[in-house]
Amino acid sequence: MAPAKKRNVSSAKTSQQSVKTAKIDLNSKVERILESRKHANDVFDILEVLQSEKDKDVISAADACGKLFCTLLERKELFIGKLPGEEEALGGGYSAEEKYRMFMRHRYNSCVEMLLEHLTHELHGVKESALCCLMKFAAGEGQHPLEDLDWSEHYSFPRELILAVVERLLSKTTDNSLLISRFQEFLEMEDVRYYVMSSVRENVGKVMDKSKGAVMPVYQTNVFTLMSNISVPSQESELTNFMEHKRVFERMWLGFLKYKLPSNMYKKVLVILHDSILPHMSKPTLMIDFLTAAYEVGGAISLLALNGLFVLIHQHNLDYPDFYKKLYNLLEPSIFHVKYRARFFHLANLFLSSSHLPVYLVAAFAKRLARLALTAPSTGLLIVLPFIYNLIRRHPSCRVLVHKPSTEDDPYLMDEEDPAQCRALESSLWEIKTLQKHHHPDVAKAAMLINTPLPEKEDDISEVLEITTYEQSQIKNIPLEFETATQLLKGVGDVLGQHFCLD
Amino acid sequence: MGKVPKKRNLADKVRKTKTSTEIKNNPFEVKINRKKFDVLGRKTKHDVGLPGVSRSKAINKRKETLLKEYKQKNKSNKLIDKRFGEYDTKMAPEDKILQRFAMERQRVHDKKDVYNLNEEEELTHYGQSLAEMEKFNDIVNSDDESEEKGLLSAELTASHFGGGGLLKKRTSGDQQEEEGSQRAKSRQELIEELIQKSKQEKRERQVQKEEAQELTEKLDQEWKSIQSLMVKKTPKAECDDKPEEKPKLEEYDMMVRELVFEMKAQPSEKMKTPEELAREAREKLQKLEADRLRRMMGEEVGDTAQSLVHMSADDLNDGFVLDKEDQKTLAYQDGKWNIGEKSEDEDEDEEEGESGGEEEEEEEESEAEEGDGGEEEEDDDDEEDEEQEGSSDEEDGHSDLESEQESEDEERKQEAEEASAEPKKILSKEELKAQQEAAKAELPYTFTAPESYSDLKDLLHGHTPDNQRLIVARTQKCNHPSLAVGNKLKLQKLFGFLLEYIGELATRSPPELTTIDKLIPELYSMCQIYPEAACKAMQGILGDAGHSMEEELEVKGHVAFPTLDMLIYLKVTALLFPTSDFRHPVTTPALLYISQALSQCPVKSLQDVTSGLVLCCLAVEYVSFSKRFLPELINFLAGTLHLAVQDKTSLGYAVVPPFRPSGKCSDLLVLSDSESCKSWSKKSLPLSATQHLDLKNDLDRDHHRLMCLFTCLDLVKRCSLLYKDLMSFTFIFQPIRTLLSKHLSAQALPELLQELHREILETISSVPVSHSRLVLEKKKPIPLKLLTPKIVEVLDYGKKRGSTREEREKERLKHKYKKEFKGALREIRKDSRFLAREKLNEVMNRDAERKRKVRELFGSLATQEGEWKALKRRKRK
Repeated sequence: MAPAKKRNVSSAKTSQQSVKTAKIDLNSKVERILESRKHANDVFDILEVLQSEKDKDVISAADACGKLFCTLLERKELFIGKLPGEEEALGGGYSAEEKYRMFMRHRYNSCVEMLLEHLTHELHGVKESALCCLMKFAAGEGQHPLEDLDWSEHYSFPRELILAVVERLLSKTTDNSLLISRFQEFLEMEDVRYYVMSSVRENVGKVMDKSKGAVMPVYQTNVFTLMSNISVPSQESELTNFMEHKRVFERMWLGFLKYKLPSNMYKKVLVILHDSILPHMSKPTLMIDFLTAAYEVGGAISLLALNGLFVLIHQHNLDYPDFYKKLYNLLEPSIFHVKYRARFFHLANLFLSSSHLPVYLVAAFAKRLARLALTAPSTGLLIVLPFIYNLIRRHPSCRVLVHKPSTEDDPYLMDEEDPAQCRALESSLWEIKTLQKHHHPDVAKAAMLINTPLPEKEDDISEVLEITTYEQSQIKNIPLEFETATQLLKGVGDVLGQHFCLD
Repeated sequence: MGKVPKKRNLADKVRKTKTSTEIKNNPFEVKINRKKFDVLGRKTKHDVGLPGVSRSKAINKRKETLLKEYKQKNKSNKLIDKRFGEYDTKMAPEDKILQRFAMERQRVHDKKDVYNLNEEEELTHYGQSLAEMEKFNDIVNSDDESEEKGLLSAELTASHFGGGGLLKKRTSGDQQEEEGSQRAKSRQELIEELIQKSKQEKRERQVQKEEAQELTEKLDQEWKSIQSLMVKKTPKAECDDKPEEKPKLEEYDMMVRELVFEMKAQPSEKMKTPEELAREAREKLQKLEADRLRRMMGEEVGDTAQSLVHMSADDLNDGFVLDKEDQKTLAYQDGKWNIGEKSEDEDEDEEEGESGGEEEEEEEESEAEEGDGGEEEEDDDDEEDEEQEGSSDEEDGHSDLESEQESEDEERKQEAEEASAEPKKILSKEELKAQQEAAKAELPYTFTAPESYSDLKDLLHGHTPDNQRLIVARTQKCNHPSLAVGNKLKLQKLFGFLLEYIGELATRSPPELTTIDKLIPELYSMCQIYPEAACKAMQGILGDAGHSMEEELEVKGHVAFPTLDMLIYLKVTALLFPTSDFRHPVTTPALLYISQALSQCPVKSLQDVTSGLVLCCLAVEYVSFSKRFLPELINFLAGTLHLAVQDKTSLGYAVVPPFRPSGKCSDLLVLSDSESCKSWSKKSLPLSATQHLDLKNDLDRDHHRLMCLFTCLDLVKRCSLLYKDLMSFTFIFQPIRTLLSKHLSAQALPELLQELHREILETISSVPVSHSRLVLEKKKPIPLKLLTPKIVEVLDYGKKRGSTREEREKERLKHKYKKEFKGALREIRKDSRFLAREKLNEVMNRDAERKRKVRELFGSLATQEGEWKALKRRKRK
């Protein structure tokens, strides 16, 4: 590519012209080939250009090939059925017409080979045009199948072609996310989607078996990108064989999740699991193993697995023993710092919204959250305080937590893992009283509520989940410091100046 | 004679009135509507009805309308009144009359006076011809007439109106006497006599008036003759030069007016004794402190406690405006000084001679101080005459700037002097030095306010820090808002530019922190003048920083520690605005920013540790007054201590993010060589260490680590003292306590650190574990439902309550409709009854007529018969 580029720089005009002429040239050649069979040998020229080093030539050649062979497919001038070898075709007793068809079919095959090779090209433009061209062929072949339709098949799909394309897309070395996102538009077609899904499954099985289950980050990223781009319509009416589709979809995902995943991939899968995978599976319960395993992992992955588990518990009647105990143990100081904080609190709010929960459990949650609030950042506190208030509202018997006139040691056991044993009910939420001195004015105000009887209405947690630190409030008058500032590091309450100097 | 007509008159009246009253009094005419209850004070219209009257009224009305219609029925010809506006009900009767009158006049005019040119219409007023009235040319009668009209003689009233009771009696008595003497006088005669009398009186009065007028006119003339004699005494010129006299008068007027409108001299305040001054200062401080406390509690502040009016030191309160025309000032023009050939000394001399530009002179004076002594004295005298500041200036050797700043807000000066007399002295020395340098460098005195940030940069580029401060101060002075209209805006902008400049200074490498340090007083003074602009600029910076941090967090998942400029901004915020307010538009976001940085930024290097510690210092400063709880601060300090723990295997405490219990960057503060403790000595860390550290060897690095540790421990100590009163103190400091006592043993540390270590542990353990009770505020018990009837106070009777306005309106309309419907039905019935009666009457009348005629006929026939029989009898006879 380098020399071509250089020439481009040196004489841009001429090269542009040459490209143009080449294009015209190619187009006229295609015209001529299509016009009469006399010029059939020009196809070699086109294929030669397709193999050239200049990316622009390749792109225009790919366009030309697409045009040429699609027309030929339409005209049925490509040999249909089992193709004899080239030599054999020339030698065998075929008519001139048949010979021509065989010849063109061979050219077509080699063209497809070349385009597939181009899919691993380093330039995106080339890849893209090759992909488009191949998909055009696939469409053409679908309409005018190249196989003999002697047997009962009514409908044929160029399965090999798609398999080959998918194989190239799921590269083991390069990140193909751009190309895959281009490929997404073809996935709108249900037949393509169906065959892509099955070929992905085949491919994943083959590759992962070969690597014996070891983690292959690039390959798995590619697979994940492709698979997450596949979206099965949720309406049954849109598809003819809806169940079949779902089954393939499910098998594809299960095939992928069977193998060990890198941890960030784990998170990615869990993030999309509940709304783009589970609803489209024919048997979502098959995911139970995966989700419970993820829930056991701990940390952020457990938090994410909650969402999928919730769907299973809620809609598919999953009975998960010690669910609340595990949830309780997820409450660590780090939950206020993770990225999925909002999602976690949303789900926790859902889980704890049941009024049939035992009091000790709710009290344990409230107490633990209150304890964690002592180390939480202010944005977290703005979520936690209404959360705790809501718990107390839903379970009036928890009111003992906010009213404990006797002064004695706090019997609560922070390190106890079992919420039933932690003696939260005997304790009180004095932590919130400390937060009344918090530096954030909103937190301090929220904490003030602990002293007063709570209003009946629950706070809407979802409103505060996405709250950010900087909510500007307009205050009319601006108080000023009355101690005159003379120097940067001097003043009455200066701490900085005692440890740091200017230079 | 007089009695008879009067009586008749009276009788007439009585009869007229009698009808109504008599009818009312006649019990057979009256129907009394019985009331159920007597309500005091209520006026009722319909307690007495007069059925007879109303019936006759109704019948009359029907006769006028219904009967007429009935009579007109089935008749085609009609009588139409063609008078103008007869059937127009919209027209007022007066209008009708007027219109008709005008039309008539027009008609008459058209017909008769077409050819009559001379005869004009006679204009009248109250029936009298105006032309005649105009002939009366008496001058003084205008007020007399009114007097006359107002005066009514008793007789007149008596005769015309019957007079008042007493009056009437007396007159009647008189009349009786009169009657006795001359009875023959008729009423007419009496009136005539009366008129004559009044006319006579009038005439007499007129004559009197005329005489008086004549007399006054005479007097005037005599006075004029005397006046000329009097005038002679005054100088002649006055009479001669009348045109000149006029301007003089005007001048005088002007003076008078000026004096009137000039501000009254206000009594100056008496000089205060030092005790009074001290007391005032203390009171002021107390007030400010009370204000601060109130804001800290988060109560609303009604009015701004500090509404400082900016006054320049040079402002004599006389509205003096720097005159640019008569004095050339040294200034930058297109990057060059506007004075080329003149030497500086000449310039100085010139300026000394002039007394106009005080600003320049003051500058000059300070320069002269260093220059020559002779001039200095002269200057001083002048100065002392003009303003008092000059003397104080001399006494403590403050620079011009210092004095100016002090006088900008005097009360603050005193307070500042009390609070920090020492730093001021140092400052003054520095300033003196700076002044010398300034004199050498010879800065121009006036500057145009920079329009953009690059302007400011150009202006300040290449100057020493002190000069930069001077430039800013002078720019501020030259563009004082009282001097020109747009200056306020310019200075407000200047604040923003200065802030930007400070940020840039901090980002340079190496950061020019001394310059920033010098610029702080300027920033402070500007902030005091324009709090809104300062607030907005600061908010902008903090908001941008906060949002960029959030964005970064969203994209990358972690954030780098704030750069030095941000740290400086945070520090400046603390200097300019009170940090203890419950909610403050600037400091609250700043503190939030600090807390977010402390909780989100992962520590990856020693620089990060240093930055974090700077932030911690700032955080401690921010909450030192209000003692607010800042969990992030404690977390960060605990995490930093954790960095110094060597053995991280069995921790008895939880490490809060962004720190990790173990990992790549969790050994940052572990000493590489324990021997390095011995050579360590305490020295302040440079602020630039947050950006860039060049530590060559392990020893340096260890020293830096120890310094960080020292800072951290000191901050922990401060925090432990700050939060001692918090209820959950022990729980908050539990991790730090276990960390210090179990994992970070004091033996391995230098002595200074050991001491801190011990102090912290002592403080923590000295605070008793207190669980203050958590008590719900007692709620007012909800009372039981009672069975006594609910008594509602009724304030407006007769109105239906308990419904909305629309409902009431609907109800009202329904009621009205029903009433109207009933009324209409009744009317129709009455109408038909009336008509039937009329018809019956008609028939009866017709029948009676017929009977009469028949009888007549019979009668005539009978007479005829009789006659005929008589004739027959006669014949027979």
